[in-house]
Amino acid sequence: MSYVIEGRTGPWEIVVGLEVHAQVVSQAKLFSGAATAFGAEPNTQVSFVDAGFPGMLPVINEYCVAQAVRTGLGLEAQINLVSRFDRKNYFYADLPNGYQISQFEQPIVGTGKILIEAPGMESREIGITRLHLEQDAGKSMHDQDPTRSMIDLNRAGVALMEIVSEPDMRSPQEAAAYLRKLRTILRYLGTCDGNMEEGSMRADVNVSVRRAGEGYRTRCEIKNVNSIRFVSQAIEVEATRQVAVWEDGGVVDQETRLYDPQRGETRSLRTKEDAHDYRYFPDPDLQPLVISKDWVDGLRAELPELPDAKRDRFVAQFGIAPYDASVLVAEQANAAYFETVAAGRNGKLAAAWVTGELFAALNRLGVGIEASPVKAADLGALLDLIADQTINGRIAKDVFEDMVETGRPPGEIVASRGLRQVTDTGAIDTAVATVLAANGDKVAEYRGGKDKLFGFFVGQVMKAMAGKGNPALVNEALVRALAENV
Amino acid sequence: MLTDLSIAGAAEGLRRREFSAVELVDAHLDGIEALNGRLNAYITVVADQARAAARQADGALAGGDVPVLTGIPLAIKDLFCTQGVRTTAASRILGNFIPPYESTVTANLLREGAVFLGKVNLDEFAMGSSNATSAFGPVVSPWTRGDGASLVPGGSSGGSAAAVAAGLAMGATGTDTGGSIRQPAAFTGIAGIKPTYGRCSRWGTIAFASSLDQAGPLARSVEDCAILLGAMAGYDPKDSTSADRAVPDYRSACTRSLRGVRIGIPKEYRPEGLSPEIEAMWESGIAWLREAGCEIVDVSLPHTKYGLATYYIVAPAEASSNLARYDGVRFGERVAGATLDELYENTRAAGFGAEVQRRVLIGTYVLSSGYYDAYYLRAQKVRALILRDFTEAFEKVDALLTPTAPSAAFALGEKMDDPVQMYLNDIFTVPASMAGVPAMSVPAAVDAKGLPLGLQVIGRPWDEEGVLAVSAAIERAAGFAARPTLRAGVGA
Repeated sequence: MSYVIEGRTGPWEIVVGLEVHAQVVSQAKLFSGAATAFGAEPNTQVSFVDAGFPGMLPVINEYCVAQAVRTGLGLEAQINLVSRFDRKNYFYADLPNGYQISQFEQPIVGTGKILIEAPGMESREIGITRLHLEQDAGKSMHDQDPTRSMIDLNRAGVALMEIVSEPDMRSPQEAAAYLRKLRTILRYLGTCDGNMEEGSMRADVNVSVRRAGEGYRTRCEIKNVNSIRFVSQAIEVEATRQVAVWEDGGVVDQETRLYDPQRGETRSLRTKEDAHDYRYFPDPDLQPLVISKDWVDGLRAELPELPDAKRDRFVAQFGIAPYDASVLVAEQANAAYFETVAAGRNGKLAAAWVTGELFAALNRLGVGIEASPVKAADLGALLDLIADQTINGRIAKDVFEDMVETGRPPGEIVASRGLRQVTDTGAIDTAVATVLAANGDKVAEYRGGKDKLFGFFVGQVMKAMAGKGNPALVNEALVRALAENV
Repeated sequence: MLTDLSIAGAAEGLRRREFSAVELVDAHLDGIEALNGRLNAYITVVADQARAAARQADGALAGGDVPVLTGIPLAIKDLFCTQGVRTTAASRILGNFIPPYESTVTANLLREGAVFLGKVNLDEFAMGSSNATSAFGPVVSPWTRGDGASLVPGGSSGGSAAAVAAGLAMGATGTDTGGSIRQPAAFTGIAGIKPTYGRCSRWGTIAFASSLDQAGPLARSVEDCAILLGAMAGYDPKDSTSADRAVPDYRSACTRSLRGVRIGIPKEYRPEGLSPEIEAMWESGIAWLREAGCEIVDVSLPHTKYGLATYYIVAPAEASSNLARYDGVRFGERVAGATLDELYENTRAAGFGAEVQRRVLIGTYVLSSGYYDAYYLRAQKVRALILRDFTEAFEKVDALLTPTAPSAAFALGEKMDDPVQMYLNDIFTVPASMAGVPAMSVPAAVDAKGLPLGLQVIGRPWDEEGVLAVSAAIERAAGFAARPTLRAGVGA
């Protein structure tokens, strides 16, 4: 089902492309040896190169280049063995050199693709136009002093990957799915931590609307949106605004806008006429960046298993549903947890427990899987107790809750609380006989044709056995007892 | 007199303990004291620091084996950042900037034992051919001509050239972007070499045009230049455009035989109206080299005529970007404003002189959207053709011989009204800069007014040795003995 905006004059389709700035995971900056840790005291991670001091020169950080190539490989993209750095010239107080070193004409990574999926949506391929390396700027702070602005250059010169998509997305949900998938891939690769709150991943969103079958209309760029939720909201709000403009007989101007989540609106930041002339030209301080195919192949050989491959393997190896698999692989830690639980066990059951009970518990506790009170090996052990019929499924849920609360291994809980399943048919027959004797009227009704009462008897027997009866044996005994004496 | 010695001679004298490093340095400081008021060659003199370094050098000399430049007093162009010593680029915009780091080139010289006397004047940000654009006032040449007019020392390394010519330093560092070492060397009757682009690190040297800037020495002899270049040059991982190549023994190249060496005479360096004196000097040079055993070959560098126009697109384009960092925000001069844009405008209007502003504007224009292809991109293509001219010429010859400049030094105030006339000074030096090849000016003659004229030797990439060998042969044959009117211990 395709997403449309119902305007006054009919339905409108939306067109979305994303430019994501992803901070490269690296100890040092793109062109200097200064450190890159988040949250350090202002201006403590700044070299003379970062501060644009006279005579300072940039030297490319090989590790950052490797990170960009890894990312390109993860996006199944073309790796350009020759790329080039350009200067993007503009004045701002937190841009020490008066230019940003970026890659304009010849980026290090060319076209690639990302497969996106969401519940109720066919999985779809979104094209990647390019990925290039560039420096981040510093940070201006206008709220520290009544008359002056403060500048923190810790971030100045930190390596960013700008990842540009094709205008392939057609709904806010697709844009969100794209960002989630991109973040998953970056985290798998270890090339960006994907932390949007800390600003290590930021999105510029290009939005336009059109009638079905039309070419592209003018787009607006919404700058620096810093959460996936806001990206979805901003797209919806902006597309709705554009539809109104067109339907009122107006024209959408190409401009840069800002999303205000408080007011739920986008506002013009600068029009095309005010756009900077960046005067790009090749940075004469740097040679063209030349990398070898062998080096790239070496990086390729060391890539981790990526989410799509892992999902396919989970489906094949554990027999689980593709959607469950993609939920499990979205976070590497979840996937690893699942694999530990599922190894040598029933994969479907493992998936059901991880995505069901475990995720619900973590959600309730507000912790990530790394901090789960239930370790993967223990959850596996719990599944073993179900499989070997030591406990039944109902008891297993109680045991699990106990594990969440106490962190104790399941075997210990079962033993100490005496939860071992009763498979002694004598004990079951006794319980059945007691229940039937106490409910003579119901027995009569059942025998009179009220089949639905069977469940009632099961419940009563289990209750009498404190839930520990083996469900299959209880069923069998009941069927037998109710059939007798007829 | 100690201030007349060559570096080679002084190094010898120091080792023989004929005089001390302190005496040598004091002689130069005395000269500076006596003459700098008239020449304005030094912006900053570090007398105490120099004497302390000289005492240390004497200590080292007493101990025996010392590096080549131990105790040799040098002048440093005020474009090289020197740790703890104000560095100005001859601009107001740097204010009282004291670098917390030492440029690679000056660090290399210090490692070889050199003593720095101070920081010498230049055209503001090295933009000029007369040293008239300095915020610290023009440098006056120690040479004079009959009419008593004050002459320019050339530029942009005008302070370096004047200091060395007048005996206020034994040698100096310079930088050459389009001729800034060679033209002032020619104007002041000394030698100066711009090595191959990438031979000397640019780290810590204030940038004018990054793809052209190259450090090199100025000294009173070819051999002294060879000694200094050997100390300055070398691979530097901090400069991505620095070449990872071994530095040869430049000094020994100066005595190399030239038998069988092919010297190209490019016909395009003989423009209409070239002064007969320049022409005659060139002919003498050709004759000297022929006598030294060289084969003289006519060559053509057909794109030479586009050199200057191309240079005045590429260099300002890079400069406009390189100078963007002088914004009053982090260091140097700041003139406050109500808004950030006003801060920029006020600071840069007050901080940059007219020539720098002109080039920043030109550079901004040629990089602007809509003009980039017509100017910058085309200039880059022509630049490639200029390089190809040299590459093809060097298939036929080993070095090229041309005049360094189209005239002798002119008077302060001459050519100042018309920037284009001023730019024409660089017509013979710019092509080698555009091609990145090594080139040297060596004094060859004096004109009718007694002013020095220089010949330029251009070599293959990385063949500074060949350039030095040919230049040394010219030096020997020319027997250039003229001395400037003003010099340490003489004029006052």
